[in-house]
Amino acid sequence: MSVLLRTERVHKSFGGVRALDSCTMEVDAGTVAGLIGPNGSGKTTLFNVITGYEKADAGQVYLADRKITNVAPDKVFGLGIGRTFQLTRIFPSLTVLENMLVASRHARAAARMRAMEQLDFVGIAGHHAALAGTLSYGQRKLLELAYILVADPAVILLDEPAGGVNLSLVTQIADRIRELNADGKTFLIVEHNMEFVMGLCDQVTVLDSGTVVAAGPPGIVRTDRRVLDAYLGGDPGDGPDPGEGT
Amino acid sequence: MTEPTAGPPAATDPAPGPAASTTARSVLKIEDLVAGYGGGDVLRGVSLEVAEGGITCVVGPNGAGKSTLMAVISGLLRPRLGSMMLDGKTLVGRSPRQILRLGVVHVPQNHSLFRDMTVRENIELGGYIVSDRALTARRLAAVFEVFPQIADWAGQKAGSLSGGQQRLVEFARALMLEPRLLLLDEPSMGLAPKTLRTVFDAIRQMNSAGTTILLVEQNARAGLRLSSYGVVMENGRVRLSGTGREVLENPEIGALYLGGAVSTADPASHCRPRDCAVTS
Repeated sequence: MSVLLRTERVHKSFGGVRALDSCTMEVDAGTVAGLIGPNGSGKTTLFNVITGYEKADAGQVYLADRKITNVAPDKVFGLGIGRTFQLTRIFPSLTVLENMLVASRHARAAARMRAMEQLDFVGIAGHHAALAGTLSYGQRKLLELAYILVADPAVILLDEPAGGVNLSLVTQIADRIRELNADGKTFLIVEHNMEFVMGLCDQVTVLDSGTVVAAGPPGIVRTDRRVLDAYLGGDPGDGPDPGEGT
Repeated sequence: MTEPTAGPPAATDPAPGPAASTTARSVLKIEDLVAGYGGGDVLRGVSLEVAEGGITCVVGPNGAGKSTLMAVISGLLRPRLGSMMLDGKTLVGRSPRQILRLGVVHVPQNHSLFRDMTVRENIELGGYIVSDRALTARRLAAVFEVFPQIADWAGQKAGSLSGGQQRLVEFARALMLEPRLLLLDEPSMGLAPKTLRTVFDAIRQMNSAGTTILLVEQNARAGLRLSSYGVVMENGRVRLSGTGREVLENPEIGALYLGGAVSTADPASHCRPRDCAVTS
């Protein structure tokens, strides 16, 4: 299986805070990959570096064999990497269909038809005439997914697709990801909902303090002591044992 | 697996912690709390008690409902069902201001100081509902006794302090009301690792000075080590509870954080100080 997306020793700091620390990871073509880690571990920063929203201080990002380090976001999108955001970025005062047409950058009949097909695929075609701002949070996530499908990206990065979404829509989102993956799309997904990640992903990479601490199939990763240690946090010092501190 | 039992814990129980050394009188008693935003429930029947004089730490994965629980206790979010009693007085239906007056002080997750005011002014503002100036002065002196290091920064603008120092000032401000129950929501969030020790030491200092604390903490290991009692929430329910060590050493904690096989026989969640271990 060939590697489609790769980061190599990527560093990124904000002031004195090291968000990514020699972060090296790979996503194989045609897989659904998960990126997990505790709050502040660098997941969204890695997404931002891959997609050009943040510049890496050092290291490289590759799409297949092409170096895309620090390429502008619109160019990364054009090269075949689509992404969604933790907090949805839609145009609330445009209709759902108009949002799609903004993504396709023209309003010809073919574009409208294609947009409606994508909306139908994600299950919100019935809302095409509604203002996007009236959609539920989960529906907005689906609109964002439809939105990036317009560009037919090879790799889709989803930042917390299940976050704040009700269970039935979580299932709907997972089903759409599976279908797109079956059609050849590669995914990298940041998500805190472990059942979602572990049930959907072929490979999971775990970040802690900006560094990859574990990577592998979900069944292996979830039993890796280093992963639990990352989630439970480090002890800040030689404090007393439980119960002695009060 | 131990089913939680009702009634006060046995005084002879050997488990550590100040609250364990007494009959663990509860300051706060929450039963079957259901709350949420919009159409969904975030808390799905949470029950727990906070023992007087101790630190009770709530941990759990993202989305478990920890911060929502804090918001409900302090009156920022009204529960849909359930009861909350502070020293026998109901909190349900009271406004945040009324709950504050009863002695529940909430230090939120995000930094909340007035950056252009001095440290002293910020701390004094913590006592804004205290009209007696002499009492305010006495409390300010008491706060500086708990946190003597803050006196050195008293004249500085709060915005000039580091994240860890700001957190200490937020704690100091909360102490101005001599809280019956202090709610600390993710105090280590966003702080550099080397600052964590300072913040956890400060929590210990406040507790040693007599403040009962309900702590929500993302750094579960540090939070549970600090606390008399630990509670693990997951998906809006209390799933594990016990002493800090019991919770940390419970093999189920991995499944709660990383998904997988967790006992699901009865998700009813109820934690009393001292007398429960696993509720799943």
